[in-house]
Amino acid sequence: MNSGIDLEMSFTQGVQNLGLSHELAHLLWIPLPMLLVLVAAVIGVLVTVWLERKISAAAQQRIGPEYAGALGILQPMADGLKLLVKEDIIPAKADSVLFTVGPILVLVPVILSWLIVPFGQNLLISNVGIGIFLWIALSSIQPIGLLMSGYSSNNKYSLLGGLRAAAQSISYEIPLALAVLAIVMMSNSLSTVDIVEQQNTVGFLSWNIWRQPVGFIIFWICALAECERLPFDLPEAEEELVAGYQTEYAGMKFALFYLAGYINLVLSALLVSVLYLGGWGFPISIDWFSSLLGLSISNPLVQIIAGSLGIVMTILKAYLLVFLAILLRWTTPRVRIDQLLDLGWKFLLPISLVNLLVTASLKLAFPMTFGG
Amino acid sequence: MNIAFSTELICFLILSSVIVAGSLAVVLLENIVYSAFLLGGVFMAVAGLYLLLNASFVAAAQILVYVGAVNVLILFAIMLVNKKEKLKPIEGLKIRKFISGGVCGGLLLLLLRVSITTKWNLPGPTSIGEEATERIGEHLFTDYLLPFELASILLLMAMIGAIVLARRDVSIPTDDINDFKDQKSLSDKKIPLLSETSLK
Repeated sequence: MNSGIDLEMSFTQGVQNLGLSHELAHLLWIPLPMLLVLVAAVIGVLVTVWLERKISAAAQQRIGPEYAGALGILQPMADGLKLLVKEDIIPAKADSVLFTVGPILVLVPVILSWLIVPFGQNLLISNVGIGIFLWIALSSIQPIGLLMSGYSSNNKYSLLGGLRAAAQSISYEIPLALAVLAIVMMSNSLSTVDIVEQQNTVGFLSWNIWRQPVGFIIFWICALAECERLPFDLPEAEEELVAGYQTEYAGMKFALFYLAGYINLVLSALLVSVLYLGGWGFPISIDWFSSLLGLSISNPLVQIIAGSLGIVMTILKAYLLVFLAILLRWTTPRVRIDQLLDLGWKFLLPISLVNLLVTASLKLAFPMTFGG
Repeated sequence: MNIAFSTELICFLILSSVIVAGSLAVVLLENIVYSAFLLGGVFMAVAGLYLLLNASFVAAAQILVYVGAVNVLILFAIMLVNKKEKLKPIEGLKIRKFISGGVCGGLLLLLLRVSITTKWNLPGPTSIGEEATERIGEHLFTDYLLPFELASILLLMAMIGAIVLARRDVSIPTDDINDFKDQKSLSDKKIPLLSETSLK
């Protein structure tokens, strides 16, 4: 197994050559990937917001944003700037402490989850052993933030929205975790890097989507529900609840919710591509391709091309899924709250349990193809 | 003292003070909603302690179970019955508080004594880090299989009990619903849950 490009090692060695200790070099390294991922997440959100505006416009036969930059690319920046300078209002009868902490509790776990998203062999913040389980655990913190902001707004729509959001995210977390469990069972590891590695043996034919078609659909539905995207945007259903738990929020605090929603969408799309679509893997095996051209896989040129191709592939797959999510949002009607809970508990949960059982038995029967 | 050790020490101090202050606040605060939210904070700080001990799987499980499930359920229960009414003053509240404070203080002294007098085997066994997940799974399915299965049966029983308690009574025959004249018969015709007729 070749280790590929290891940026951390070359960075710490470079700093050590300048005459600093190993520990200090490591300390200098730590904030860099975090900053990079934070910037990547925010840029991802800007792109998604622009896509959302443009695609919704196309779906409704409008033009959409046009004057801010070419094709309105700068529109999301203008939106962000507007929210940044808007007055930050805390309602007089609201609980100001909880009102402020709520949006933070919603945003922070989502950003923390980017820790485990791999863009390449060594291109992730930390290859923690519990990988995908960390994401599931972190995403279970979010409902507390939603309940907190719903309660502290002192508004009945907000409270109802918060309760709905928490109920929804609890009930969809279970099938989601079971779908992930089936994947974990096949790859014998919780680490996202191992999950991707295991999928990239013979190009796109070995992607998990072929072995877990049901799991893929369950995961995608649950991910949409976790992100509160239409057709599952019950917590902020305009006709019933004004804007749900966000009703009383304005300015930067509202922007935190907005940001969390879109970062979560991009994150879910990235995780779908990591779990089911082969992550950074190119549809054709790179090893095979380079041997065809007569180049060694450890050749620096091949390494650089493979690395950048990996990043491009991950983002491309993720944005295809984001496109699908946006298209779904603007073309499907909203489900009712009882339909939503029925779908979660009475349909997705049994299906995902059966999926897990079938995966386990297939793994026993065909250990070669299902990762024995 | 190197950087890694001092960071660990600082993290430990912050986490333990959060736990102590947080759990005191959970008990002493008047507002029950604050108590519930702070309980979540305490659970998260405990997860942080597990992380410091290199037990990342246990930390994640702690967050998933205690913060994501238990605490959210507590909050749900509080918010669904969120009545803004003054509770009736209880007789002899001061004496009760005093007695319970005494019991808790005694327990604290006892535990302190145990922790001081016990000869701890330091440093403990080296942590196995990432392998811990596999090791936990092995133990659960070999020597701890019986307790594991018993716990799952216990949870199943609790779940069935909750369903029986929460389920609204009986199926009402459709012709009764359409019978507007005799609305009262609806309540009379309630058949007790799990009786022979309702199970048909």
